[in-house]
Order: sequence, then C-alpha cells, then structure tokens
Amino acid sequence: MTEVRNQRDASPGANGAAPERPMLPAASRVVTGNEASAWAARYARVQVISAYPITPQTTIVEKLGDWADSGEMPVEFIRVESEHSVMSALVGASLAGARCFTATSGQGLLYMAEPVHWAAGARLPIVNVCVGRGIAPPWNIWADHHDSLSVRDSGWMICYAANHQEIFDSVLMAFRICEDERVFLPMLICHEGFTQSHTAGPVDIPDHRQVDDYLPTVPPEGWPHTFMDPSRPTSHGLLNMPDAGFFYEIRANVARAHDRARPVIGEAVDAFERAFGRRYGGLVAEYRTDGAEAVLLAIGTLADQAEACVNVCRDRGLPIGSVKVRFVRPFPIEEMRDLARRFKVLAVMERDIDFGVRGGIVAGDVRSAIQGHADAKVLPVIAGLGGRDVSVDEQVAVAEKALEVARTGKLDDEVLWLGRKE
Amino acid sequence: MPEQTKTKLTPKTLARQAYKELWLKGNSTCPGCSLSLALRWTLKALGPNTCIVAPASCTNVVVGLYPKSASAVPFTNMVFAGGASAASGIKAALRARGQHDTNVLVWAGDGGTFDIGIQALSGAAERGDDLIYVCYDNEAYMNTGTQRSGATPFGAITTTTPAGKNEHKKDLMAIMTGHHLDYLATACSSYPMDLYEKITKARTYRGLKFIHLFAPCPPGWRFQARHAIKVGQLAVQTGMWVLYEIEHGRMRLTGPSKRLAKPDAKMKPLSDYLKMQGRFRLATGAIYDELERWVRQNWQDIRDRLARETAEPAGPESRDD
Repeated sequence: MTEVRNQRDASPGANGAAPERPMLPAASRVVTGNEASAWAARYARVQVISAYPITPQTTIVEKLGDWADSGEMPVEFIRVESEHSVMSALVGASLAGARCFTATSGQGLLYMAEPVHWAAGARLPIVNVCVGRGIAPPWNIWADHHDSLSVRDSGWMICYAANHQEIFDSVLMAFRICEDERVFLPMLICHEGFTQSHTAGPVDIPDHRQVDDYLPTVPPEGWPHTFMDPSRPTSHGLLNMPDAGFFYEIRANVARAHDRARPVIGEAVDAFERAFGRRYGGLVAEYRTDGAEAVLLAIGTLADQAEACVNVCRDRGLPIGSVKVRFVRPFPIEEMRDLARRFKVLAVMERDIDFGVRGGIVAGDVRSAIQGHADAKVLPVIAGLGGRDVSVDEQVAVAEKALEVARTGKLDDEVLWLGRKE
Repeated sequence: MPEQTKTKLTPKTLARQAYKELWLKGNSTCPGCSLSLALRWTLKALGPNTCIVAPASCTNVVVGLYPKSASAVPFTNMVFAGGASAASGIKAALRARGQHDTNVLVWAGDGGTFDIGIQALSGAAERGDDLIYVCYDNEAYMNTGTQRSGATPFGAITTTTPAGKNEHKKDLMAIMTGHHLDYLATACSSYPMDLYEKITKARTYRGLKFIHLFAPCPPGWRFQARHAIKVGQLAVQTGMWVLYEIEHGRMRLTGPSKRLAKPDAKMKPLSDYLKMQGRFRLATGAIYDELERWVRQNWQDIRDRLARETAEPAGPESRDD
C-alpha cells in the first residue's frame, strides 16, 4: 500500500528536481471548446489542478488528467471528492504559491460557492473555467448563464468567451491578468454547455515559447502578497473585529482591485495582439456599430450570433450594431455609459433571469451603470435558457423591437422572452 | 519505519528536546482550554517546518485577532468543510515547488471532522494525501456555544439537546480505520507525552495520518477550569476514552489504557468522570447504565480485536519490519 501511494514521487518535479518544461510547437487544431480550455491550461503550465466531474465540463479535466498521468504535462492533479473540495484545495495550493486551474459547471459552481468567495477575499489568482449549465430544478445540463452569474458578487473577475479561439486565448490572458500585482484576483472564464463545450472548431495554438513570453513567471518563492512559507511564517484569514479590525478595509480592497483590473485587462489584450496577432475588445467588443441607432448587447454565444444577426439587419438596411460583453466583473461601466450616449437603445440578451427584478442579471447592471449618465433605454431580453435554441431570426426580431423603441421612445418595464412557450 | 524514542519522555526531557515554542502564549483561549495545550505539544513534535490549516472551530478565535497571531508557523483559517482539501492543496503546491519535507497539519474540531468536514477528510484519506490530521474533540460545537455534534456522547446536555443527547458518539476511529491508513491513533490532552510520541511517529509515515485527540472543554462541559487535566485523566482511567494507536492495521494500547485491557482490570467507576461535569447532570439511572454498557462494549470490542491480532500472524507489511 505504501508503495502505491508513493508512486507519485516518480512524477517529474519529485525529490526536489526542477520540473521538466516540455516545449510544444505551434499547431492549428480542430478542437472542442472543452479541449481548447484544457490546451490553454497546459500551455500556461499550471502547477496544481484539482477537479471533480460534472457535465458538460468533464472532458476538460479528463483531458488534463490524461496528460497528467502520461507525464506529458508536469502537474499536481488532485482528484477530489466534491467541488467544495476542488476550490478548497486550490485555495490552499494558490496560497502556497502555485498557478492553479480547474473547471466546473452549474450545480458544481454552486456547491463550491463558499471557497469561491474565500478565493477572492484571499486575493488568490486562480483560473476556473465555467462551462455554463442550467441550474436545477428542473434538471438541465445545457447552456445557461445563471451558474456563472450566481458568483457575480463573490469578488471574482468574470469573463465570457464567445468562440473556441476566444476560449483558448481568454484562459491564457486570464493568468496574466489574475497574477498582475495590481490585481491578484481569481477569474472565471465562461463558455457554454454543448454549444461550445462539445462542438469542434479550429483553434490556432501558438508556440510554447511565445506563451512563456506572454505569461508572467510564477515566482519560485510564492506570490509576493500571500504565502505559506515556514521561513516566513504568516497567518491568513484571521478574525477581524468590527471596529478594531480591518474587515471593512480588506473587503474594500477587493473592490479597488477590480478597478485596477480594468486597465490591466486592456494591457493584456494589447500585449496579446502584439504577441499573437489576435485582438479582442477589452471589457466589451463592438461590431458594426457605426451609424447604428440601437445595439444588441450579449454575453457568450449569443454575442457571436448577434454579429450574424447584425449582418442580416444591415443587409436589410436596419441601423443595428452589436456589442459583445466580455467581462461582467469588473463591469464595463465607462463603456456602457459611452454606448448609452451613442445609441438610443441597448437590448441586453442573456441566458438568465434576475428573479424579481424584471429582466436579466446583466441588464440590471447595464441600467445601474448608465443611470444618470445617458437617456438610452435598456431593453432586457431573456433568451435560450437551459440551452433552448436561439435563431438568428429571433435576434432579428429583437433588433426590430429595439429600433421601434428607438423610434417611439416608449418602453414600459417590458421584458422580451425570446422563444418561450406560451 | 518509526523512530524509536530512546530516552523516556517526561515533561523535563521534552522541554529539553523541544524548547522552541511554536504556539505562542497570549492567545485568546478560555481558561483551562485543552486545545491550546495540545496544539503547543503537537507543534513541538512537528517543529518549525510545518503549515497549519484550521477549518472553522475555536482555533479560528484562539489563534488571535488580526493582525496578531499565536502561530509561529504558517497558518490559515479555512472554510468549515474544506480543512482537509485545503491542506491537500498546500501539500500539492509545495510538492510542485520541490518542497517535499514540510509537514502539513490539519487542526480541526469535532464538528469540522465528524460532521461537516468528514467528506473532505475521507477524500484526502482515500487519496493518501501526505497530511497529519488532528481532530481535537471537545464533543460539541463549542465555538458557537455548545451545540450537539456527531461527537457528543449519549446523555450529555448541550444547548440543542437540553434533555441530554439521545444517540451515542459516532465511532470515528472505525470510520478512519476503514480508510486503511498506515498510522492512526487516539490521544488525550491530559497526556502530552503520549501525544508527543504519537505525532513524532506519525511524521515518519507517508499518506494521511489521523490523530483523534480528546480535548476537555471547561465552559462547554461545565466544570472548573482548574480540573481540565483531571477530567481528561478520568476519561482515560474510567475507560470512557481509550488511548491507542493503529500501525499498519495493528492496534496497540498506550499510556494508562494499556493496563485496563486485562479482563480483570479495575477501572475507576464511570461516575468519577461524569459527576465532575455539569453536562452529565442528567446521566443517572438508565442513562448512566447505558453509558456504562457502552464503555463495557467498547472495551470488549478492543479486547476482541487485540486477541484476534495476537492470534493472527502479522500482515505482510508488518513482516517487512
């Protein structure tokens, strides 16, 4: 029994030896969204992965588990017994200075919620891919945004990737942003169950050396701000009294880190373009907004589809553009105000409901960002819950409605429920 | 293989061997707290190359209020159910950085072990993660003011069982034995030398080492702080708590429990232990009889096990010794 347990000592990096650094060549691969996530984690040389299976995320950690076992990827892979333990393990590992990665979905993210909040409060640069899935009941495993948005207030940065290449690229950028000393926050990279996780598409994977150059080196002595090092003993997460303590200040620092993350995200995007020739917007990315009267705002695949919708609309002479909301946290406040000044209507499409608020969760954030800064109308659109298919035609109908509101200036607490059965 | 302790351990020799204090005074325990005493001796046995994870429990308060800390080794508080898994993560990160010799200690209460933390503990034990897990068992949720836990004994009054608990304590050692650990042991804060020896031995094993530590709690158990050591001693002398270790599946009684194993051994009457504590003030009559029966049965099971192991040849792992 003892021998079996010690088998892991045979892995690279054991017995004090420096881990090998395999160099992978550049490659163009046709991969699923989940495989793109796994490849990005491998190229980022994550040091500790902790994972628990859940559909539709499972194939990400299966792939990583394969590479870990074959020795192709030198990594400590902890196969834990629950999502709560996934994030608890990564909190420990990140505290001790490792670059950490995991992936989860739906119920799994809800179950890990407690240490998810801890990770942000402790300022740990963990990257977690959330493959969006509907929250039960009723049982559902398909594309939805309610799981990722349920940790909107946890202090994590939350980014949505609209296509396979963007998934790969966003995971790489995430490590650079999270580990920036101005930020030190964890990030959720979201894509969607089955529409992205299990469909295949071409992904350009860069040369490993380029990725090494793009990403910061993990400091061998641990993160500068937080560590578990017997030569520098410190205590973490201690009790803070309401008045004599610093709970308020420490929590407020998380908010400040989100503000500092905005320019850091911009820098990461610029550097990414210089290194790899691909550009994504910062917190948002506009598409054909010139001369538009109304814009379709969306997260995830709905944003990708909105671009197709805009093409159709423009062919028909409708003055519509679209905006991909890449980040929900930190929220693109200034960008939203700018959009609200330039366009009469912002139609916000998302796969979630803000129960009791009339509309979606992101739409509410858009409203609060522009409040008092511009008079644009916000049209909340609930679409594609639990993986319900959304057609381009349906999005065109949203565009037409948005233009009608732009023309009449009338919008009464209205919510568009796209494709809902009567 | 475990190091053999050459000199007999006494408080004096121990003070010489481990003069360095890693759990500092001035921390915020209640008077007579056994947690702080036991953690102090545990850290003496582990030394400075140690990291501590403390899931929600009294220790979160005892360690001190920010920015003060009683720990002279790296320490982190952790969510209630995540103690063992956070420690697994720390160990993995240290391994990834080529740092293999650092002890990672989980210091959890009975709530964080028997109840909310058992899933993470079971997972880490089954995976064989290289940790030392100490459950300091004060037999209820003491940090929140004495609510019943899976570790609360039959008949004990807590704020959620004001008429006395109707169920017996969960057999945690049986659960942990089922994980086929190389080393697990019980201990009691009243016997720090025994604890020190067991932690020292645990260090020599790979995988998860589990120590179930009996930790009397003056305010929760309703006895005077000055009796904290006495109550722990009486628990052992009355047979209510048994000191033993299980190495490679073979059980060995330790300390005063050793001589209680003989069928004709005379244990102190259980009432000596119970009557010192206000939480057992309802443990009379049938409740007392049931507690006595439970103690007898527990000892019978232990004697049976010891007899079985003596009769059987040693397992293959022990033969390698």
